[in-house]
Amino acid sequence: MAAVAAVVSIGQPARTTHVARVVLVLGALVVLGWLMVLPLLAIFAEALQHGLAFYLHAIREPDTLGAVRLTLTVAAIAVPLNMVFGLAAAWSMAYFEFRGKAWLGALIDLPFSISPVVCGMMLILVYGKNGWLGSWLEAHGLQVIFALPGLVLATVLVTLPYVARELIPLMQAQGSDQEEAALTLGASGWQIFFRVTLPRVRWALLQGVLLCNARAMGEFGAVYVVSGHLRGITNTLPLQVDQLSQENFSAAFAVASLLALLTVFTLAIKRLVKWRHGGEWNAND
Amino acid sequence: MTAMARSVLPGFRLSTGYTLLVLGSCVLLPLAALLWTACELGPEGWWAQIGTRRVLASLRLSFGAALLAATIDAVLGLLVAWVLVRYRFALRRQFDALVDLPFALPTAVAGISLTALYAPNGWLGSRLLPLGIEVAYTRVGVLLAMVFVGLPFVVRTLQPVLESMESDLEEAAYTLGATSFQRFFRVLLPLLLPTLLTGYALALARAIGEYGSVIFIAGNRLFRTEIAPYLIVQKIDSQYDYRGAAALGAVMLASSLLLLVAMAWLQRWTRRWAVVR
Repeated sequence: MAAVAAVVSIGQPARTTHVARVVLVLGALVVLGWLMVLPLLAIFAEALQHGLAFYLHAIREPDTLGAVRLTLTVAAIAVPLNMVFGLAAAWSMAYFEFRGKAWLGALIDLPFSISPVVCGMMLILVYGKNGWLGSWLEAHGLQVIFALPGLVLATVLVTLPYVARELIPLMQAQGSDQEEAALTLGASGWQIFFRVTLPRVRWALLQGVLLCNARAMGEFGAVYVVSGHLRGITNTLPLQVDQLSQENFSAAFAVASLLALLTVFTLAIKRLVKWRHGGEWNAND
Repeated sequence: MTAMARSVLPGFRLSTGYTLLVLGSCVLLPLAALLWTACELGPEGWWAQIGTRRVLASLRLSFGAALLAATIDAVLGLLVAWVLVRYRFALRRQFDALVDLPFALPTAVAGISLTALYAPNGWLGSRLLPLGIEVAYTRVGVLLAMVFVGLPFVVRTLQPVLESMESDLEEAAYTLGATSFQRFFRVLLPLLLPTLLTGYALALARAIGEYGSVIFIAGNRLFRTEIAPYLIVQKIDSQYDYRGAAALGAVMLASSLLLLVAMAWLQRWTRRWAVVR
């Protein structure tokens, strides 16, 4: 290594490489500053441009508070559902070999590549009034589309892969030796799951749940299509931002800043977890 | 399902069964409904929905801008990933964390934020306007929003590969007298190409389907800045035209599936490269 370093400094003036390095770093920082920092700063600047009193007034609007409540409700149902799904899918995919496993894996990843708008439309075609299950649902007095179940369903569909994707590579890499050891020691299936597997994957699980939650609370396209965006009834926070942006831009940004705070919080926790416990899993994010 | 369960662990039926139940009701059934509705139209009915000037313009914009945006993302993403992996500088961790912003920031929030920045009276828009550059409510705005949502896909795909890449090949090239341009274009780029293409495909898939970040800055002007997902929403929302929406949705779905197949193929390619490496 020392020899190579010596060659480097002899063969090429160190200054050129230094200049190239500075140019590259500055270039990357300009890209990130322009594409990431500016939009993030703009949200808070626009939200606070009429002062704190206006800001507080805007986020205390009854419709906005209703949207906060609805968003929290949807996430509180959808995120645990996806957590259970992710754990079940990872248990199946990581510990067993079966025919069609590659297809199952592809199917789990599928919602990532479908447009959220198309996701929402597909749900209407099944659960809507004229959809496949529409008349059956109506006969049983169940309303899915334009109501809470539809919002949950759309959110679950769009965020389905998040937890599973975090867990499957990790559990595949870790192998099932410890689980099998527990089995030979007489542990039951649930004991193995709760005492061996879950502690081993907890930080990756937390990562997946955090991203899933951020996406669930911020989902717009799919929810927009299935909700009918009825103000004060089926408006989640992102839909409220959309409607306010057509009337009062500053109020829209006040509401948007709540979601931006959630984003910053999510990214910070995610970094912290990865920084402190990153060695415990090798699956990339 | 025939389980060739080699593992002795319990829970195969429960975990696989539950996975299939959720996938069936949330993914497969809706997917089937979309394909069914689109197939019911028949080729002529389908073309009647797709072949209008408005729909064709939106498809051209969606795919054209997404292709261009993914290309820009590949270049910028390579630069950002390279710098984050290879160099040490102040605030590197914080900038690294910021790359995930488009993953976690709600799309509608990103959309109104970009609009506020680039609107004629915005921070950047007011400075660009005297130069004759209009971003908000033009196709450039559509492109910009797509670049924004796609960038982390390229960076996050490249980063682990760059981290695991030994510098011995570059050093060997260097001792053989290769210039830094030669080292980059003839040693590094060929090695990174499959990974870069995977990132490109991911960014492309996201850009084609993106709705929230784009519609605000696009302004949705007829024939000019309407993207295909916007037309789907319009057909459902204001015209209750589910067949037209399904016809357009089928086109978008087909492009998603095509990209998925391409990515699976790329991954096989990457693995082969890994063996060579």
